[in-house]
Amino acid sequence: MAKRAAPDVNAGSMADIAFLLLIFFLVTTTIASDIGINRKLPPKVEITDPPPIKRKNLFEVVINHKNALLVEDEPMEIGDLRAATIAFLDNNGNGNCDYCKGSKDVNQSSHPSKAVIAVKNSRETSFSTFIAVQNELIGAYNTLRDREAIRLYGESFQSITQQWKDADDDSNEKLVLKQKRDAIKAMFPEKISESETDEGR
Amino acid sequence: MSKFKKGGGKELPAISTASLPDIVFMLLFFFMVATVMRQNTLQIENKLPYADQVEKLDKKSSIMYIYAGKPGPGYKKFGTEAKVQLDDKMVSNVAEIQAFVQENRNKVGETRVGRLIAALKVDKNTNMGLIGDVKEQLREVNQLKINYATLNGDPTKKNR
Repeated sequence: MAKRAAPDVNAGSMADIAFLLLIFFLVTTTIASDIGINRKLPPKVEITDPPPIKRKNLFEVVINHKNALLVEDEPMEIGDLRAATIAFLDNNGNGNCDYCKGSKDVNQSSHPSKAVIAVKNSRETSFSTFIAVQNELIGAYNTLRDREAIRLYGESFQSITQQWKDADDDSNEKLVLKQKRDAIKAMFPEKISESETDEGR
Repeated sequence: MSKFKKGGGKELPAISTASLPDIVFMLLFFFMVATVMRQNTLQIENKLPYADQVEKLDKKSSIMYIYAGKPGPGYKKFGTEAKVQLDDKMVSNVAEIQAFVQENRNKVGETRVGRLIAALKVDKNTNMGLIGDVKEQLREVNQLKINYATLNGDPTKKNR
């Protein structure tokens, strides 16, 4: 009697099963991404003698409980905040900032390194508005830093930062990039303070 | 009548699909590896706000998450006021953040304490009052590096 070969298992549906699993994982996957706005809180030590800040060097952004903005005592829409911040930082009131292109208004910030932005919010301000304001302020700094980075090094501040992050530790390249980055940061140091108003208490 | 059939009648051989499962399995394994299951069960609403001037957080191990928002569906017994969630439990007293920070510092080890970042995953409709309290508690234990977690998008658009 002829020997009969064992019949092959039909593997045709294997692809279907695999597809099913694949689609399950595709749907459930959220590629983990932790992005956000980095901030540093002020340390908890009582400063007995705070350094004086001239009123003209202070850019005050107040957000009230209705999420409306008051910038330098004038109501403002969130869309205009970035341009206003750039105008304030880049103002060059003293006339000794050779990379500034501002209007040299004597009643506004004298030098980018002296300019301080104060964000004040009420307890009822919503978090999304607060983040939107923070975002616009950082956007203003990034715009100015990009401008100087392109003028000096021919590439944007973002791309320098990215390269610096990607470079190998202790490599010469990383050191050079860090120097570039620090130079740009020193031109427009980020000085944003956060505080709460007493409104509604 | 010829003995050999010429050309014409020959059909194209079917493309073999035998390797299709292999390809699909490859994709499958990629997604299985890339998938991160959520570590904590969220008991609160957590719709993050949008921002586009963001930085990426690396070094996953030195991040601790502090969640805040209104109690989600199924947890309404905790009330309707926004609450803070640490790990798996909802916290009614923000002072518990101090113990939470200490616990995390012990976990990461002494050498990396300085690189520990507190990521605040806060629902966009939360009032800033609660966040102010959280920040105050973090300052109390000298945890000064914080990060406001956001999604990538333009925040100035309406309906956001």
